[in-house]
Amino acid sequence: MDEIKSKQVTFKLFRFNQETDYLPYYNTYVLDITHEEVILDVLNRIKWDHDGSLSYRRSCRHGICGICSIKVNGKAILACKSRLFDLIDIFGTELTIEPLSTKRAIKDLIIDKEDFWDKHAQVKPFIDTEIDEHPSLENLVKPDDADKLLEADYCIQCGACHYSCPALEINDRFIGPAAFAAAFRFAADVRDDSALERLHIVNEEAEGVWDCVKCMECAEACPKDVDPIQKITKLHNMIFQAGIAKNNIATRHAVGFAHSIEKHGLLDEGELVRYSEGNIGVMKHLPEAIAMWKNGKIVMPWNMPKSKNLDEVKKLIKSSSTVKF
Amino acid sequence: MEKLRYALYTGCTARESTPELLKSTLAVAEKLGIELILLDEATCCGASHLQDYDDMLSLVLNARNICYAEKLGLTMVTICNTCQLNTAMTKHRLDTNPALKAKVNEKLAEVGLEYKGTSEVTHFLYAIIQDYGLDNLSQKVNVPLSQFNIAPFYGCHNIRPSELQNISNGGENPYNPTSLDDLIIACGGNNVDYDAKNKCCGFHAELQSPHTAAVLTGNALSGAIDANADWMVTPCPLCHLKLDVQHHSASKAIGREVKLPVLHMPQMVGLALGCTPAELGLQHHVTRVNFV
Repeated sequence: MDEIKSKQVTFKLFRFNQETDYLPYYNTYVLDITHEEVILDVLNRIKWDHDGSLSYRRSCRHGICGICSIKVNGKAILACKSRLFDLIDIFGTELTIEPLSTKRAIKDLIIDKEDFWDKHAQVKPFIDTEIDEHPSLENLVKPDDADKLLEADYCIQCGACHYSCPALEINDRFIGPAAFAAAFRFAADVRDDSALERLHIVNEEAEGVWDCVKCMECAEACPKDVDPIQKITKLHNMIFQAGIAKNNIATRHAVGFAHSIEKHGLLDEGELVRYSEGNIGVMKHLPEAIAMWKNGKIVMPWNMPKSKNLDEVKKLIKSSSTVKF
Repeated sequence: MEKLRYALYTGCTARESTPELLKSTLAVAEKLGIELILLDEATCCGASHLQDYDDMLSLVLNARNICYAEKLGLTMVTICNTCQLNTAMTKHRLDTNPALKAKVNEKLAEVGLEYKGTSEVTHFLYAIIQDYGLDNLSQKVNVPLSQFNIAPFYGCHNIRPSELQNISNGGENPYNPTSLDDLIIACGGNNVDYDAKNKCCGFHAELQSPHTAAVLTGNALSGAIDANADWMVTPCPLCHLKLDVQHHSASKAIGREVKLPVLHMPQMVGLALGCTPAELGLQHHVTRVNFV
């Protein structure tokens, strides 16, 4: 059978002009798409053949400048890298093209990324060190040391993860996955002297890594496989290792698992909430605890189930623990 | 069909705050002739928080859990998305990094265990779909759920990151997942489409970031309600705890009353297979299951 070389696709295209429009609207275009085309080709065709007023950002055309990031059916993509046929495989032949963040649209697919750059600047995204201004040799970094960055330096600041993060959507103080990845990238750099300062920045309540909801949207959204959630986990680890973890609900929530596993193997759910919240804070959970208890959802301490071979678990916790709180 | 056998990693929730999940899982397995051997030795997976504190400890404990499935020579099935993620992530990291595997095995050797990497890890949802088969399932349905509009709620940790889930789970696309929709259809129900079905419920930030968590729960419930759902179904007990128990805080956070019965995935299958409400533990729900 001959390979299908073209497909008919219906595009719903987000349109908005901050200066003239009260509300956004969508234009619909039905186009025949060939297998080699990417989303940027479609935007160009619409602009050149149908409506010259369409606005979008484009530059390098090979996935390195990060400027053309937009969303197709809610999936953040680089317009210059995403093949239409791949998107059709996922979503079918009706595709909705929108800016990364509709509420930040200035004109059509162009958004105001000020919040992104503010967060980026917040984590001191540069190497901070005393340098010899007249070096006689190159300042070499060994391959093993370069590996410590875990490819966080591949980030192209496209904003795909930032504008896919649900925690950031709700809490605008949250620093967000892109800036966290940048914080890690410089904190992990052997040439840098400000790692501790950066860890303090991402350790703040409401702003820092503790408010991550663990949805993995950032890992999924990143077109360069930076895996921001992995860097967020690393920052958590570095905060504990540096001994700067504050004694608060978020840190106790993480540490509480180790206590519970040591005692029961399984998690003591009630005790985790009490330990995390403290004896007073836990009271606010009373209404839901009563509702759960009435429906047989609370295990009493004397009935707490335990893992078999618990002695193994206790031994492993003793021998494998690498940090203290 | 050859009898399907799995090692069941229940996780903590199914033995504590969602006893109905374990009950309904066992009931459905019996109806389908699937043998589940409980891994009573297994510990908590750390629920994606222990690794923030101590990554090595998290790896060792999760590897130990998998060791017990390997001893049985069986695939491990999970019934909690977060157990699935943590276990599959541990397996993936150890299977692709010999040095890390050796380091973890050095610890496990102290208790006479060795992680080999011989057992697969998959969520019960995908075991039903891929191993048992939806056609076989629909043949067993004797109480089709045709009168219900059912909203699937996938739960993040079964579908993201796809790089991992492609290996261990169904390999569906996280931006347009279909497994739970297909299961609803196989049970005779009407699947409801809504934006929040593959989004986060907020569970993991509930203690430290209660407002964020409550808004996310509210978005999920309101999305399903606006799409005319009679009830929701989820493969994850953590999502279930959020959606079933926390509707008060969710309603307050989004300024709108949102309340909808939420069933665990095996409870839905059990209803379609003719299990009684008591067999499925439906009396344990905080938001009353008022339609059976």
